[in-house]
Amino acid sequence: MATEPATIIEARAVVKSFGQTPALRGASIDVRPGEIVAVMGPSGSGKSTLLHCLAGILVPDEGEVWFAGQRLDTLRETQRSELRRDRFGFVFQSGQLVPELTAEENVALPLLLGGTRRAAALREARAWFDRLGLGGLGNRRSGELSGGQAQRVALARGMVTGPQVLFADEPTGSLDSVSGELVMSLMTRTAREQSTTVILVTHDARVAAYADREVIVRDGTVSSLTGAVPSSGTAQ
Amino acid sequence: MSVPLTLLGLLEREPSHGYDLKRDYDTWFGRDKPLPYGQVYATLSRLARDGKAIAGPTEPGEGPDRRRYAITEAGTSDVERWLSEPTPPEPHLQTVLFAKVVLTLMLGRPPDRYLDTQRAAHLQRMRELTALKERGDLMDTLLADHGLYHLEADLRWIDHTAARLDMLAQAVRQ
Repeated sequence: MATEPATIIEARAVVKSFGQTPALRGASIDVRPGEIVAVMGPSGSGKSTLLHCLAGILVPDEGEVWFAGQRLDTLRETQRSELRRDRFGFVFQSGQLVPELTAEENVALPLLLGGTRRAAALREARAWFDRLGLGGLGNRRSGELSGGQAQRVALARGMVTGPQVLFADEPTGSLDSVSGELVMSLMTRTAREQSTTVILVTHDARVAAYADREVIVRDGTVSSLTGAVPSSGTAQ
Repeated sequence: MSVPLTLLGLLEREPSHGYDLKRDYDTWFGRDKPLPYGQVYATLSRLARDGKAIAGPTEPGEGPDRRRYAITEAGTSDVERWLSEPTPPEPHLQTVLFAKVVLTLMLGRPPDRYLDTQRAAHLQRMRELTALKERGDLMDTLLADHGLYHLEADLRWIDHTAARLDMLAQAVRQ
């Protein structure tokens, strides 16, 4: 009988530099399936670099990244790209939507790229619009949406493939407080309903308060504020 | 603001007369609200009665300030516990946070661990308030937001203070 793995995604002693600048100096984190983890830290601490390494967007210089029991960092770029398309979702601070496409088409895009037929992809996209309170906005282009609406569309796009992990990097950074709250509430609610693991990079404590726990990135390493091991605490 | 614990912390730094304690307290912690002499002596008597401090022999001279007080082991334990535990996060605890950071530096302890422990307690409380907003009505949300904004302000202050620790440590040891 298959048992649920203790960890869905983890970094082990990851080192990553950009030229002479070390961004990560032995960063480790492990995340349990369905957890919502906030990755906090001052600007320049390496938290976005950690997210990019966990998502397979960047390959570490040293260390390992594991996803669902397999090494992620040693995969070829085409394999990592497929993984990002099919099993991960992303919400960034802004600028994600393709301006030439309608909001609905933007949400359907990951499904279309994965081979889903257009009618089914749009149907799924529309279901997400209803779920996130975006009814009636499907035909608008990104320039015709408010910041909060655009981020909800980005969230729908991030979730439409039913990803195992949603990566969010300052998802409310460009929003006013009320819109930001709505996006975070919807993100965490839908993630919990779908049992999606969420890795949320933020410097904002009120955003981090939507997560189950926080870790802090300082000087390129990860720690927990209480001095405990910054893992989900499950036995190896 | 815990006056007894703050005075004990100052006593741990060095034994003092009530007058010197009041002066130090006012300098660091009582800028807006100096401590009345009566309160200093009443607190010292109570601390002595409870075994947290001990009064030295009466020294020659006029007036009430003729005994030097010293901290006891029990008093030191109380200070240690107070400084290593987080203060329950709620609005308006800025003075206590400040007192703890200054005393931690005065007593040569590393403040980073205390600041991290306090950050963790604050974030936990913020998580609870956020969960309350998710399931509560509009009034619950407004009240929770008030708490959340204050807690966020404390966290910003903690970050800012953490960035200034070296400077603060120097100022405190003068």
